[in-house]
Amino acid sequence: MTLTHLQRLEAESIHILREVVAEVERPVMLYSIGKDSSVMLHLALKAFYPAPLPFPLLHIASGWDFQAMLAHRDTMVATHGLDLIVQHNDEAAAAGINPFDTPTPLYTRLMLTDMLKAALDAGRYDAAFGGGRRDEEKARAKERIFSFRNPDHVWDPRNQRPEVWNLYNSHKAKGDSIRVFPLSNWTELDIWQYIEAENIPIVPLYLAAERPTVTRDGMILMVDDDRMALRPGETVTHRAIRFRTLGCYPLSGAAESSAASLPQVIQEMLVSTASERLGRAVDHDPTASMEKKKAEGYF
Amino acid sequence: MATDPYHAADVGAYLAAQSAKPLVRVITCGSVDDGKSTLIGRLLYDSKQVFDDQLSALTADSKRVGTQGANLDFALLVDGLSAEREQGITIDVAYRFLSTPRAKLIIADCPGHEQYTRNMVTGASTADAAIVLVDARKGVLTQTRRHSYLVHLLGIRHVVLAVNKMDLVGFDQTVFDAICADYAAFAASIGIETVITVPISGLGGDNIMVRSPNTPWFAGPPLLETLESLDVSADTAGRAFRMPVQWVNRPDQDFRGFAGQVASGSIAPGDAVRVLPSGRTTQIARIVTADGDLDMAEAGQSITLSFTDNVDCARGDVIAAAGDPPQVADQFEATLVWMDATPLLPGRSYLLKLGTQTVAVSIQPPKYTVNVNTLEQLAARTLDLNAIGVAAITTARPIVFEPYADSRTLGGFILIDRATHATVAAGMIHFALRRSQNLHLQASAITRADHAAQKGQQAKVLWLTGLSGAGKSTIADLVEQRLHAAGRHSFLLDGDNVRHRLNKDLGFSDTDRIENIRRVGEVARLMTDAGLIVITAFISPFRAERQLVREMMAPGEFWEIHIDTPLAEAERRDVKGLYKKARSGALANFTGIDSPYEAPEAPEIRVDTTAMSAEAAADLIVARLLAEDRG
Repeated sequence: MTLTHLQRLEAESIHILREVVAEVERPVMLYSIGKDSSVMLHLALKAFYPAPLPFPLLHIASGWDFQAMLAHRDTMVATHGLDLIVQHNDEAAAAGINPFDTPTPLYTRLMLTDMLKAALDAGRYDAAFGGGRRDEEKARAKERIFSFRNPDHVWDPRNQRPEVWNLYNSHKAKGDSIRVFPLSNWTELDIWQYIEAENIPIVPLYLAAERPTVTRDGMILMVDDDRMALRPGETVTHRAIRFRTLGCYPLSGAAESSAASLPQVIQEMLVSTASERLGRAVDHDPTASMEKKKAEGYF
Repeated sequence: MATDPYHAADVGAYLAAQSAKPLVRVITCGSVDDGKSTLIGRLLYDSKQVFDDQLSALTADSKRVGTQGANLDFALLVDGLSAEREQGITIDVAYRFLSTPRAKLIIADCPGHEQYTRNMVTGASTADAAIVLVDARKGVLTQTRRHSYLVHLLGIRHVVLAVNKMDLVGFDQTVFDAICADYAAFAASIGIETVITVPISGLGGDNIMVRSPNTPWFAGPPLLETLESLDVSADTAGRAFRMPVQWVNRPDQDFRGFAGQVASGSIAPGDAVRVLPSGRTTQIARIVTADGDLDMAEAGQSITLSFTDNVDCARGDVIAAAGDPPQVADQFEATLVWMDATPLLPGRSYLLKLGTQTVAVSIQPPKYTVNVNTLEQLAARTLDLNAIGVAAITTARPIVFEPYADSRTLGGFILIDRATHATVAAGMIHFALRRSQNLHLQASAITRADHAAQKGQQAKVLWLTGLSGAGKSTIADLVEQRLHAAGRHSFLLDGDNVRHRLNKDLGFSDTDRIENIRRVGEVARLMTDAGLIVITAFISPFRAERQLVREMMAPGEFWEIHIDTPLAEAERRDVKGLYKKARSGALANFTGIDSPYEAPEAPEIRVDTTAMSAEAAADLIVARLLAEDRG
């Protein structure tokens, strides 16, 4: 018997998770509650079974996460007895920084990137797992599975360590840290197939349902709470929508869809002509902006 | 379009078909400008795996920075880093994913430039197949040969020669045939047995997805079909069971499991296994996974094993078939691909990581390096960036291994620089050296503890390090006098004395300094075996070598004592007149002047000679030592 494609990916990811835990002092897992995070958490639970997860989860909460994401997060924490750390930029929130009025790059940096760096520094974490995949974006395609950051969390793409076979070198200078991407070799389709095959719990927003929406700047936004002020001429419409990626609700574009089950989602994905990140306002910056954001410490 | 998998009506059937597809890992290589990025962009585009938004970005980018006039520049689909776009070259490995009706492909797009050879090795180490691109106008180039040699060295099973830019030579069969013949001769000379050849044009899409009407003389399948139909089934399945232990899973008193990924063979509960390097045998009790216990596990799977009894086993051990275990040795011959800008320093201590074993090693001067253009074996004293050489390696303790030809997992390793933490080399073990296998340490009836107990003391190495003229020898001498008076058994190893006798064959190059310290370390170790307190006075400028000596000794036995004198002060004293000579250029490689001194980061004792006399320093050291001896 030869291992199937998904079995090979699973075994590789588990190997990576275990290497990190065996070799670094203070690992942590970035948990953004999306589909990739859900797969990564599932793989981690498998990797260390029957022991509990030997590291905490870190959620950088912008304060604008979908309510359904927070509910899902808390269910997962309760079900698996997870050690969850939530980090939120109270100061920026109090100063009125919000995704509606603040320019997106500034909002993202203050609420997500800076908070992530602060949380990693505060916890003295020397390795952080992230759910990034190489098929997501061109800068990601070039990134190693073990991606080193200097004490300022800066990534230098021109100075990456060679990564041969499955031998990962976790040795680092004081103050350096590692971002580890156990899902590097997975594609979006692999993620959905695995979620279906393993029956992995996901946030219901990935499946189509009637939801309150407004159309703004060419994106369909979901009205997730009463903080969303309507602009003149906007009306709330109920539409069957779902999300391909999830982030802050005012910045995540939905797609009209009738795919209410996983097989339907996969089928819809197969005929889609748009890339996964199309619905993300945060990515609609000039070419190579992801590389710049990563150089600054964005996950 | 029920036959089109991208529009499959029955998702269930589609998913079943998906899961049965083989996963083929492919590397592209060849010289710069041979069109690798364009080929991959073309593969993605023609197999309709470029989304609309990516395509509109590509269209815009092609107009702005493209090199193809009004046409799409497919290379821009893969060259993602801004530096790459600026220079129009590929710097680092990019991993691309392609799903076709028959296979899933992970394509590692590797840089062509020679200075990024290490990234090419990165991509090649996990590949099943290599596409070697050649520009039809240029034929087989240096970099083609270099990459082919690496591809073969790394054991890639399938080599596909893609002669690109056929459109620029008028799809001339004689050009194609000549290049194929040229390449075949080279391939045979380095041991590549079979080469599949395809004439293509990445720009025009000829013979990529479908057979091209421009090459009616070509009878073979197009490139993609060739890749889809390669046999990539694991060749590790029929071999004996091996699993490097990654992590011991011990959630409570009742469970002790050994987590790892099976490197070869298969395992079932009840199987007899041997834990190496200890050699203890036991039986498999359970194969534990989160989905329930398994009846059988095989190569590639990540699992957790438990034993029927309490045999000692830890990270770095290898669990193997009891009747067919791998070898254990501490001296090897290996091929090294040097990947760091700082050359190999023979004798220096590096860390070697093989499977889950990490161990200190030293490398002998290379037997030879290979000129990949001529395949000549050249004499060499070191290995520079991108050099490929063969050398003997000595490990600080025996490791479990197999020749690389038999096992990538137990035969491939990396070397890590202990100071910079960089991955400096990739290596492939050929075989253990006979002197290692047949030389066994003689166990004595009287142990080192017996020797020390008879002398009523604990063995110790007091390692004084510091600049020339810092006062090491003076303080060392005073320390010994005080120990002697206190009835302790000691011996002083002085740098100058050792260099007059034992090490008179060594000079002051970095390599010789390292060997000097290694030998002194070995002598000091023998003396601690005899139960002595050893005092040494050596500049010993490099952290790595002091660390090497520390690791030769038992924990707590090595005290690093930094005789800390600022350079200006040592130079002012200039007890032996050496600084003057060095400053005048009459003395080369002098520490502090034109050779570095790496101060200890966390010495057991630091003596500031600007604030403390030599006598007070000796008192301090002896007081600390005697206090511990009593304690």
